[in-house]
Amino acid sequence: MESLIVTQNLSKNYGGVRALEDLSLEVRRGEIVGLLGPNGAGKTTAIHILLGLLTPSSGSASVFGLSPLTHRHKIAPRLNFSSAYVQLPSNLKVLENLKIFSKLYNIPDAPKKIASLLELMDMTSLASRITGALSAGEKTRLNLCKCLLNDPELLLLDEPTASLDPEMADNVRKLLKKIQKERNIGILYTSHNMPEIEELCSRIYFIHEGRMIAQGSPEEIMKAFQSKTLEQVFIKIVRSGDFVVKEPGL
Amino acid sequence: MRQSLVRIGGILTRYLYLHMRSMPRLFEIFFWPVMELLVWGFVSVYFQSLLADPATRIAAILISAMIFWDILYRSQQAVSIAVVEDIWTQNIVNILVSPLRLWEWLAATFIYGFFKISLITALLSAIALTLYHFNLFSHLGLFMIPLLVNLLFFGWALGVFTSALVIRWGHSAEALIWGIPYLVQPVSAIYYPVSVLPVPLQWVAKGLPSTYVFEGIREVTKTHTLPWNYFWAALALNFIYFLLAALFFGKMFKSARNLGRLGRLGMD
Ligand SMILES: Nc1ncnc2c1ncn2[C@@H]1O[C@H](COP(=O)(O)OP(=O)(O)O)[C@@H](O)[C@H]1O
Ligand SMILES: [Mg+2]
Repeated sequence: MESLIVTQNLSKNYGGVRALEDLSLEVRRGEIVGLLGPNGAGKTTAIHILLGLLTPSSGSASVFGLSPLTHRHKIAPRLNFSSAYVQLPSNLKVLENLKIFSKLYNIPDAPKKIASLLELMDMTSLASRITGALSAGEKTRLNLCKCLLNDPELLLLDEPTASLDPEMADNVRKLLKKIQKERNIGILYTSHNMPEIEELCSRIYFIHEGRMIAQGSPEEIMKAFQSKTLEQVFIKIVRSGDFVVKEPGL
Repeated sequence: MRQSLVRIGGILTRYLYLHMRSMPRLFEIFFWPVMELLVWGFVSVYFQSLLADPATRIAAILISAMIFWDILYRSQQAVSIAVVEDIWTQNIVNILVSPLRLWEWLAATFIYGFFKISLITALLSAIALTLYHFNLFSHLGLFMIPLLVNLLFFGWALGVFTSALVIRWGHSAEALIWGIPYLVQPVSAIYYPVSVLPVPLQWVAKGLPSTYVFEGIREVTKTHTLPWNYFWAALALNFIYFLLAALFFGKMFKSARNLGRLGRLGMD
């Protein structure tokens, strides 16, 4: 399978703070990859580098084989991004926001595209609502609508379910799985919610304090840490402070 | 190019919806300029009545100066408020990761400012005509165009400069959006000629395009003609300031990207 994202020894220091250290990862077409770690592990830092929002201190990052810093305009039309911490303008209507972004992404036949996405996200009846009046779950679904406007080949999702209740988070995961299967896109998904990652991702990169602790399928990682759940792995890693890099299956 | 235009149209649609959705914002376009004109207009009429000689045309000078000052102020505001609006609504990252280019974004804010100013100018001149019997258009005639072009242009440069500060320093720099224009106000010879300034400040004034516009307005009032060297001096200075502002914006943008501020705009 073709690589959509490749990073090599990616590092980022903010002044004295080491946010990311020698991160090497890969996301291929058609797979959902989890970037996992506690708060402050460096997940958002990695995503921002891939989006061209952040300059790495050293190492390399490429998206579709291009550098996000120098070729952002070639990369941007082919990917999309969503995060619980980024919102569409709250004072505009749902439909207005989607219209604006379909222009920013140069979507041909936007009305049709928007209608089909609203349908997919079960939001048709909310089209003329003010965005700020939506519930957290509806906002997340709207963000995902925006994410799919340009039929992206790659989705970067930074804790997209962070503000959702378990039932709604489950809906969103099912939807993502469906999209990924139907469209064969690659997804890089960050979270500190272990069961979520276990359910969704075929491969995981586990990072802590900017460093890669483990990588592999959820099963491989659980086996390597002699744990029954990823949650146990998580707690072991965070509490041990001893970060032996384990690369099960490699 | 066509794609660029569609994206610029996208950002303009965003501002259009914003004003349609928000009465206070629609109101705000007109509120301050109208209030300011009311105060200055009556003050001018009063001053004029104190002077026996109507040929001094003090009312005309003050009212046109006030309206043009507002054009400069609003032109700068349109650019920086447009940028800050997307920071407030935590939408800026959506914009920054979209295919929109930086220059397209700024171009959209310029066009937005142009529309805003056209509306304000039309309204203010109508009020001036009704209340003070002062006709801005017949007073300045076609000289209005070169004068306006230079003010709009300088407003853009100031707007780009303030936006750069906001992108680099976030919320803490927001107050500058309203402050920066008042930094150039005293040295732009708006309500008084450059000659009343102390000599060192005269030098500063002569380095600002706005000064030539306001001196130009007074010349037109006095002599019914605009000295063209004023126009060219302002235009040349505008090119320099605009270029510097654009370079500064690029530098601040890169610096924000280095420090990790770009992805966190609106979150602190
Ligand atoms: N702009 C910044 N300036 C300074 N430190 C930062 C900045 N952004 C993130 N950090 C620090 O870098 C580390 C990683 O942050 P982040 O990537 O946001 O982690 P995560 O998304 O995994 O929670 C944290 O210690 C955080 O405090
Ligand atoms: Mg994060």
